[in-house]
Parts: sequence; C-alpha cells; structure tokens
Amino acid sequence: MTATTQDHAHHEAEPTGLKRWLVTTNHKDIGSMYLLFSLAMFLVGGAMALVIRAELFQPGLQVVDPYFFNQMTTMHALVMIFGAVMPAFTGLANWMIPLMVGAPDMALPRMNNWSFWLLPFGFAILLSTLFMPGGGPAGGWTMYPPLMLQTGTAFPFVIFAIHVLGISSIMGSINVIATILNMRAPGMTLMKMPLFVWTWLITAYLMIAVMPVLAGAITMLLTDQYFGTTFFSAAGGGDPVLYQHIFWFFGHPEVYILILPAFGIISTIIPAFTRKPLFGYSSMVYATASIAFLSFIVWAHHMFTVGMPLAGQLFFMYATMLIAVPTGVKVFNWVATMWRGAMTFETPMLFALAFVFLFTIGGFSGLMLAIAPADFQYHDTYFVVAHFHYVLVTGAVFAILAAAYYWLPKWTGHMYSERLGQWHFWLSVIFVNVLFFPQHFLGLAGMPRRIPDYSVQFADWNMISSIGGFGFGFAQLIFVWLLYKCIRGGQKAEARAWEGAEGLEWEVPSPAPHHTFDTPPVVR
Amino acid sequence: MRMTTANGLIGSMALALFSTTASADLGLINMTRGVTESSRQIYDLHMTIFSITVAIGLLVFGAMFYSIFRHRKARGVKPAKFHHSTAVEIVWTVIPLGILVAMAVPATQTLIDLDDTSESEMTVKVTGYQWFWGYEYMDEDVQFLSRLDVDSDRARRLGSGVEPASVDNYLQNVDKRLVLPVDTKIRFQITAADVIHSWWMPDLGWKKDAIPGFVNETWTRIDEPGVYRGRCAELCGRDHGFMPIVVEAVEKDEFQAWLAEQRGETGATADAAETNEDEQVGDALASR
Repeated sequence: MTATTQDHAHHEAEPTGLKRWLVTTNHKDIGSMYLLFSLAMFLVGGAMALVIRAELFQPGLQVVDPYFFNQMTTMHALVMIFGAVMPAFTGLANWMIPLMVGAPDMALPRMNNWSFWLLPFGFAILLSTLFMPGGGPAGGWTMYPPLMLQTGTAFPFVIFAIHVLGISSIMGSINVIATILNMRAPGMTLMKMPLFVWTWLITAYLMIAVMPVLAGAITMLLTDQYFGTTFFSAAGGGDPVLYQHIFWFFGHPEVYILILPAFGIISTIIPAFTRKPLFGYSSMVYATASIAFLSFIVWAHHMFTVGMPLAGQLFFMYATMLIAVPTGVKVFNWVATMWRGAMTFETPMLFALAFVFLFTIGGFSGLMLAIAPADFQYHDTYFVVAHFHYVLVTGAVFAILAAAYYWLPKWTGHMYSERLGQWHFWLSVIFVNVLFFPQHFLGLAGMPRRIPDYSVQFADWNMISSIGGFGFGFAQLIFVWLLYKCIRGGQKAEARAWEGAEGLEWEVPSPAPHHTFDTPPVVR
Repeated sequence: MRMTTANGLIGSMALALFSTTASADLGLINMTRGVTESSRQIYDLHMTIFSITVAIGLLVFGAMFYSIFRHRKARGVKPAKFHHSTAVEIVWTVIPLGILVAMAVPATQTLIDLDDTSESEMTVKVTGYQWFWGYEYMDEDVQFLSRLDVDSDRARRLGSGVEPASVDNYLQNVDKRLVLPVDTKIRFQITAADVIHSWWMPDLGWKKDAIPGFVNETWTRIDEPGVYRGRCAELCGRDHGFMPIVVEAVEKDEFQAWLAEQRGETGATADAAETNEDEQVGDALASR
C-alpha cells in the first residue's frame, strides 16, 4: 500500500500552533481532539462521582448538602453520557472510519470541525450552571417535570447546552453516514465493512432519529416554563408522564448509541488477539440491526411504575425480553471466536475480555429488569444503578479503553507501556467490581437511587462501594500517565502493530500520516 | 480535626469490612419475600429469572474461561479457521427464545393479578408532597400527614454530630404510621400534590408513582401483622431521601378500634377533616 506516501503538494500550507487545532478539517486532528476532550470530561464526571461516593461512604450527611448532591448525580450523568462516552465514540469514528474504509477524510470536513468545536462551548455552559444562583440542574439527567421546572437560573442554560450537544451529535452522525455510504474504497461492499464501521453506521441512524426527539422534549419543558404552555401539567390538560414517554423514546435508543460502537470495537479486538476470524460476521450485523430496531419499541420499560394500562405493560415487557436474543447472539459469537483460537493477552484484549464478561453480567440484570412485576421492586433502586453501570462502565468505557490501547500505536507511532497498561487494567477491573457489584445487593435490600443519605442497614455495602469508587477513580490516573508517555515517545510501532490485526488501518504507516488514502486502496 | 476524621474513616473502613463478613445475612443482599401473596409471587419470579441467568452465565463463562486457559498462543496452539456455522447460530437463537417464552408466562400471570383492583374492601388515598406523605382513609373521615420522625430529622442535618446508628430506625421512622388491617383487600389511590413521587413498600412487593394531577390505582392484602418500612423511590427534590413510609399492619378489630380513635381525635365532620388536612399541609410546608 504505497498510496499513502505520495507527495502532498496539492494541500495548502497548514497553520501551526493553536490555529491548527481551531481551523483543522483533518479527521485525525479532529478525532484526537474529540478523544482528549472526552478524557477530560471523563475525569470531570469521575470527580463528581467521587463527591457522590464520598457522601455515601457513611450514613449521615458529612460532605455536601442534599441539594448539591442532587446536582452532582444529575451532572455526573450528563457529563459522562454527553461529554465522555459519546464524544469518545465520535472521536474513534473520526480517526478510524476513514482509515477503515480507505477514505482520505470524512465526507464533510468543515462540518466535522464545527461539530467538535460546539462541544467545549456546550459543556462550558452546562458546567457553569453549577455556579449560578440556585445551583445547577438537580432533577436527575432525565429532567422529569414538574421537578425539573423547579430549577433556578440554570434552567434555560441547561436546555440550551443540551441543544448544542444534540446539534453536535446530529452533525457528527450525518458525517459518519455520508462517509460510510459514499467514500468506501472500491470493492468494499457493505457486507465487507469492518464491524466497527457497521455498528457506527447503525448508531448514526439511531442518533439522527432520536436526538431531535430529545430536543423536542426539552423545548416543551422550556415553553412550559416560560411561555405558558402546559404540555406536562395536568392543571392545563397536559400530563407529566407524556414527558417521560417522549424522553425515553429518545432515551432507550440513546443507551444503544452508547453501546453499539462498543460492540464493534470488541468484534475488532477479539479476532485480532485470538488470531482467528470473527465468528458469525453476518449474524453480528443482523443482530446489531435487530437491537437498533427493538430499541424503538421498548422505551416504556423505564416507566413500568407510572401506571400504564395492563396491555401496555405486557407489550413493553415482551419487547424488552426479546432484546436478550440478539444480544445473546453477540456474546455467543464472541465466545465462539475465542474458541480454538490462539489467544494472547495484551491490554486491549484484557479490556475486551473483561467487557464480554462484565457487560454480560449487566445484560443479565437487564433481563431481570425486563420482568415487569419484578421491576416493581427493582425500579429506581441501586439494582438499576448497578445494572447500567455494568453496561456503561465495564461495557462502554472498557470498550473505549480497549480501543484506545489497540489503536494508540497507530495514532502516536509508539507502543504504550504494557506494564502500566496491565496495572491499569487489573486495578480497574478489580475496583470496578468492588464499586458496582455490592450495589446489586443494596438495591435488592431496598436502597433507592439518588439519595444522599440512607438508613444504617445499608452502611456496610455502601462503604465497600465507595472504597471501590475511589480505587477505580485513581486507577484511571495511570491511564493518563501512560497516555502522556505514549504520546511523548516509546518503542516505535510497526505499521501492523499487532500480529493478528486485520484491516486497512494497519496498511498505512504508524503513526498514520496526516493524509492517508489520497488514492483509494482496492479491496478484494 | 482532619486527623481525627481520617482516623475515623480508616477505623470505620476496617470495621465495615469486618462486620460485613461477620454479619453475612442474606436479608441484606437479596429482595425481601414480603408479606403478601403478590410480593411472594414477585420474589419467586425474581429468584427464577436470577437462577436462569446464573445457569446461562455458568455455561457461557465456562466456555469462555475454558477457551482462555486452553486456547492460548503460549501453549503453542495453532488457531482454527472456522468462522460461522448456521446450525449452531440457529440453535443459540431459538433456545434463548424458548427460555424467554417460559419466563413470560408466570410474569404475565403476576402482572394480571397485580392489575386487578376489583372487589377491594377499603380504599386508602396516598398523596406525595415535598417531602412527606398524606394518607386518607376514604369514606372513613380519617386523614393525616406522615413525616420523618424528629430524631432522624435532627440527626440527618449536615454536620449534626449525631451518630445515625444511635437513632432508632434512622431515616425509616415517621411521626405517624399508616395503620392497615391484615387479610383485607386494600385499594390504594396514589397521587401527588407537587412533583412526582413514588410510594414504595418492599414488603408489599411494589412501588407506584405518585403523579400530580393523576391517580394511580393498585392494591394489597397483607398476611401478617407487623411494622413494615419503605421510602419514596422517585427523585422529588432536595429531601427525596428523607420521606420514609411506615405501615403498621394490625388485626381487623384492632384496626376498627384505631379508626374510631382517630375519628375522635380529628373531629366529627368531613368538612372539618378537609380543612384540617389543608391546614396541616400549609403548616408542614411553612415549617420546612
């Protein structure tokens, strides 16, 4: 593949310094900015989680006021979802999709720049609400009215910030779809695309479908607050539950937006380190598409306790249980890929294996939550908190970390320190379970979520959970240090950094040159 | 000061680790069986689906760890080349589907039971307020508010200096309990006055959202007399964590005697009771 090392005379001289990053239209630069921004937000959101765990370390209030505690739970979720996980996936998409499909850049490079640069401003607004009179939003990231309407000065700023983040996501998705559908190398048919590209294509459609729904829901909140509408107020003929239906029509596809690209990452990494092709490629694609379809018809399982008609409860219970089938197919395929492979256990593989194990545990608790009558007990307890942190932290976040380790050699041209990587992995995987596993017990024993203080029978597991939280949090600093070292130097990475790695991204040198695939490669 | 806190933290950390192993009590890590037919059905559903996931987990993780130990490059294995098998893929699509159908049957039955509020013998209206509960025994002229008890309320203030463990039923005690008769089908009508709350009594097997402007219905039939404790389950603002629920289930005749006593206390006419609740809410809101 010599197409990548030709001369770049037709490119204009590129600005350097700060301006390079401000005006860049290069997918690699923008991808790096997305990833670093996401890491920063991960640390900010993590700091908020530590405030929460510090307060919950013991019964009684020791650290923060209950109202500030509620701001922390709300902001932690918004920052982690919209600031850490989604931008990390978009960063990976920016970096890897053009390389994986043999395209020179994303289809819409200027829009790409704008969709990134909206994020820092969106988050500056969102985080600044913590310092406004009346504090930041404290009604939970789901922003249910009428509680959300009690927010102080921060209210319109929060809604504006979420609009900005939504616009950024939609533009990012349009870009991904345009790139995948139009810029694949000759010979790369849809069913030859790497799974990461497939899962992102489906994710992008989900985002375009549901981000406007979220925008609609929060705009209705805004007009209820300031313009005299009563969409969500019974006093004017509206219904607070209507908001929940609209929100979760966005919210459930949203949780798949947070996990489908992770499926793609795991489906890339496991074959590379088992030195064996992915088992059931086409069933992986169909399973992803099925999950995406089902995500639109299960939203009310988040609301089993709002008092739906029996028929509604039954429908949403059955539809939700169905999701276990395609998700099961994926897990079985990953295990079948490992079966009779020749595995090695470098850091990306360790995170991928931990993903398969721990995400599946999150899937199991998800199946339990699907059983509507049992959900009458589980709902709004720490059991739910444990469930979604298993799928989002040991699921989405572990996949992102696996991806970072896997592609760092390609991005930086250096191998990361395997020793630090192993430390990071083992500390993370131990502490994350100390952190979240006891939360299953707490929920089942009767502890509701989103409370700053609890009765004393919950004290033991909360203390253990908090110890896990601090351990997990500080373990992430190893990753920051490893990243710093890897960017600065290290053992030179080969073009194909991993023995079993497959795909066009490994055909270009490491680090990937600023411009790649100016002439498309040919895929057989 | 800082030193003492640090020492205290380390001490209590060690204590927690020790006492957790010492008091390994299943009640603290699992759902309660509760005291109603429905709550036992729900507990059984919970344990069934849990057992199914454990069984599937053992199979899947067993295969995975077998593979991790046996199929590793360090053992000099050559990777196989297979990459799909239609038969296997059909099998592992159809079998889970079958398990789900088997699970859906009892779940559906329980859901239908829980939905049927007909033939109830009495009705209690529950109203959620920021941050206390209001109870009204319909057609009985008895209504009152139920709030976090004074001891917990004092201890839970930031920097109160009161050790929560020293308070009787910290955060799960109220000033006035909801008294209910056993062996009686009781219909609940649940609503809220300000924001959404959720009335959750684990021993009854369910929670139900309290939504302003709407009334949700559900029911229970308590088997055993006793004192049961629950709490608000839906984030409802600053003091969401501080609005517990206490149900005292008593024999039917005791309940009638209690009702009569209440009627004596709260005045003779319905009108009086009505103003009474409004005033009480006003007082409660003013005092918070």
